[in-house]
Amino acid sequence: MITLLIIGCILLAGTIIFQVARINEMIKSARGEEISSEKSNNASAVGIVVFGIAFLVLTIWSSWYYKNQMMGYGPHISASEQGVSIDKLFNVTLIMTGIVFVITHILLFYFSWRYRYKKGRKVLFMPHDNKLEVIWTIAPSIVMAYLVINGLVVWNKVMDTVKPGDNHIEIEATGMQFAWILRYPGLDNKLGTRNFKLIDGTNDLGQDWKDPKNWDDFKPDELVLPKGRKVKVRINSRDVLHSFFLPHFRVKMDAVPGIPTSFVFTPSLTTEEYKQNLRKYPEWNVPADPADPTGKKKWETFTYELACAELCGSSHFAMRRPVRVVSDAEYKVWVKSQKSYYMENVRGKDFDPNKGKTISIDPAPSTTPAPEVKSDSTGGTKTEIKKDGADTSLKKIK
Amino acid sequence: MAEHKELTLDPVDEIIEKNGYDDHFHEHHEADKYQSSFVSKYIFSLDHKTIAKQFLITGMVWALIGAGMSVIFRLQLGFPDSNFLWLKPLLGNWIVVNEAGIGSLSNEFYYALVTMHGTILVFFVLTAGLSGTFSNLLIPLQVGARDMASPLLNMMSYWFFFLSGTIMMFSLFLNTGPFSGGWTAYPPLSALPQASSGSKGGMTLWLASLVFFVISVLLGGINYITTVLNLRTKGMKMWNLPLTVWAFMITAIIGLLSFPVLLSGFLLLIFDRSMGTSFYLSDIFVAGTALENVGGSPILYQHLFWFLGHPEVYIIIVPAMGIVSEIMSVHARKPIFGYKAMVFSMMAIAFLSFLVWAHHMFISGMNPFISNFFVLFTLIIAVPSAVKVFNWLATLYGGNLKFTAPMLYCIGFVSFFISGGLTGIFLGNSAIDIPVHDTYFVVAHFHIVMGVAAFFGMFAGIAHWFPKMYGRFLNETILKIHFWITLIGAYAIFWPQHYMGIGGVPRRYYRFDSFDTFAGWSDLNKFITIAAIFVFFAQVMYVINFFVSIWRGKKVTERNPWRANTLEWTTDIVPVHGNWAGNIPTVERWPYDYGKDGKEFIPQYIPLEPGEKDSH
Repeated sequence: MITLLIIGCILLAGTIIFQVARINEMIKSARGEEISSEKSNNASAVGIVVFGIAFLVLTIWSSWYYKNQMMGYGPHISASEQGVSIDKLFNVTLIMTGIVFVITHILLFYFSWRYRYKKGRKVLFMPHDNKLEVIWTIAPSIVMAYLVINGLVVWNKVMDTVKPGDNHIEIEATGMQFAWILRYPGLDNKLGTRNFKLIDGTNDLGQDWKDPKNWDDFKPDELVLPKGRKVKVRINSRDVLHSFFLPHFRVKMDAVPGIPTSFVFTPSLTTEEYKQNLRKYPEWNVPADPADPTGKKKWETFTYELACAELCGSSHFAMRRPVRVVSDAEYKVWVKSQKSYYMENVRGKDFDPNKGKTISIDPAPSTTPAPEVKSDSTGGTKTEIKKDGADTSLKKIK
Repeated sequence: MAEHKELTLDPVDEIIEKNGYDDHFHEHHEADKYQSSFVSKYIFSLDHKTIAKQFLITGMVWALIGAGMSVIFRLQLGFPDSNFLWLKPLLGNWIVVNEAGIGSLSNEFYYALVTMHGTILVFFVLTAGLSGTFSNLLIPLQVGARDMASPLLNMMSYWFFFLSGTIMMFSLFLNTGPFSGGWTAYPPLSALPQASSGSKGGMTLWLASLVFFVISVLLGGINYITTVLNLRTKGMKMWNLPLTVWAFMITAIIGLLSFPVLLSGFLLLIFDRSMGTSFYLSDIFVAGTALENVGGSPILYQHLFWFLGHPEVYIIIVPAMGIVSEIMSVHARKPIFGYKAMVFSMMAIAFLSFLVWAHHMFISGMNPFISNFFVLFTLIIAVPSAVKVFNWLATLYGGNLKFTAPMLYCIGFVSFFISGGLTGIFLGNSAIDIPVHDTYFVVAHFHIVMGVAAFFGMFAGIAHWFPKMYGRFLNETILKIHFWITLIGAYAIFWPQHYMGIGGVPRRYYRFDSFDTFAGWSDLNKFITIAAIFVFFAQVMYVINFFVSIWRGKKVTERNPWRANTLEWTTDIVPVHGNWAGNIPTVERWPYDYGKDGKEFIPQYIPLEPGEKDSH
């Protein structure tokens, strides 16, 4: 019934507009006016100026209003070292484009007002002006050169990879429909080899269990990172494209099946520090759950998040993993507490290729390290065991 | 009024008969014969003016479908928990009803809508509907030709487009749904039917449709270029062409060079889908099986796609630039500022558009070193774009601006082009692209700069040349209402999306509440959806106005209602077949002599006075 009413209202409004418009045109032509009389012309010019002022005021006001919700502003300072330089570049670009935006719009609206039609106004016959044109070709060129140089310096720094002696950690994130599978190298600091043909219900990454480097690898449900150490994330996909996106860290890189990619960054704020930062803002001091006013405050429930930023299918919007940044000492404790996937789930089972053999897992970093393994393939996973990412997120929605 | 009459009444014909040249067109009666029946006049027409109308009306139908889809998915984004049971009669099983009887849009269908919205608007509306319409209508009329170089290819161009549209339309009704992997159709998602239900039959039809679409664009493009180069009337030097014609020719050249690359990319995708090849596939485990394909690269497809995809945005915006330059000059009663600079900047944009494609792929896994070059060329493109904006502003300076509907749309165009162009400077810089890539910032950027701005160019063009097409005016009052709603509404829709994008909200999310980081924008999302509904109804009003005015609009009583200089206003009010009833006018001057030597306007066919200098 309401639907019918709404449709009726829309039809009625439409008819009224059309009738008014027709009458308006008829009156105009009855008066013998031209298409654009001076009166209606002035009205339009006033409209443009009013719009122009409102537009500039609203854009500036609204960006201020939403400032604290945007990355790089208010509480959302970058949680990684390289993100700071990206935010700075963003602001430099914002200032330059902002100036151009305001000036060109003021000119556009002012000229529209100033030169609105007046009968008998003599127009300026000015087909071109070489001096002006040279100026406004060179000026943007200089600005662009400045932005290009700045941008490329930041880009090449951000895209720099790890060097020996960086004391970095190397972890792996593999996208699948619809979850991220995270893998840590365990105590030997080496990720084991993988082959997508080995993927099955018991081995969602296709790890080669004959490779001793795999024996201590563990696969947590959350991404835990040490503050102040370089993190190299190897990014893979088992099936379609995904994109490894950490909004608070200004990190994004596509996960491509068959082509390993990576991203190196240094977390600079622990989750706890970020929370303390949020705490300073009133909008974060409201109860996290409106139904429970005495419960935790919003800032207390904050977590960094890992998302997917490349359309990967129908549950693309739910590929969430929580992310936690801790101090290096806490990180080491956490790594020790994690259980090897192989030892917990594969060792001694029928499908363990090492069944019956004695193996040794060296808990200390091995003295004769195995050669650095290129991630020779991205694996796939049997969906049954590791679809929790999408599942938990979906549950959350419900 | 006196000088005006002197130019537009019979003396026009007199001058044309005297100075124009006779190509004996109307002595060959067979040339007129093919317009004799209803079918050959209105359906399989060879006349460029009819084909232009066909492109326009087909484009408008698609625009309404595409915009309607966006309203439906905006409802989902703005009101994710509302009951959409009332959409069930329209969408059937795509509305999923839960135990409580609440109907919601299925996520698979949400992605299908987003994908179809993009495909339809980019290809069917803003490529075919914009450049197809105005290139066809204006090139022969403005260069002084009887018709296109090949009317037959021209007709085929439209019918391939129609076929393409029919196939796409059919895919909307498939059981498994239309393609749902985004308008860019990145493999492996688009290559693997196992990965998504939209990648089954829907993707097959999507590819078939776009293959025919490419053929349509190529047939049209080669025709436009040939006509401009070979069929210009006497005296129409290249430097006497209106900027519209320059824009259409440059657009056609870009299209001709880039669409075949897209076609090759599609063919490889078709092979991967149906013949077991591995151009784009490697190391994939999907739906419980490890695929045999090894060695392919999904990034290869992205290169092929964006080699068209980036020029494509200029295919969309350059015709709008040409239309706006022409219309702004006419209604400002003042020559376009920097005519040659306008042409050279369009050429520069066209050339650079082939060197920037990988700025869509900074974080695709491509070698980061290559990005350095693409950043450089991308930001260089800002220079000719800035020159164009300054030239438009300088055109307004010192003019006598008549705010007719076409002029208002031009002002809107410039505003949107500035707003959307400037955000491109953020995205083109690879370092800034890392956080904002694939977020709503990108959505806001391209919708403003190549969506809304191009639409405003199109609105301006329709309002300006509707009298030429149908011999009547569009209802000016409705156009103005439409202008204000669309101007304010489009900014209301897209401006806040910048904020969401900087806040990190990814595009192509069915819901935002699975992440705390992205969930804080629900009020803004509601606001955007409501604005979108208003804007959608304004467009419906526009289309109704279009059709009503064809039959009931105010009649055009004079040949040159806008007092413009270009040749299309020297024909009869509604041009006959062959455009000029008698001789073809010869051209004596450039098209922008407005306000020269105290004369309000001097059309192109008026010879230079003794001692008068060319204006450029």
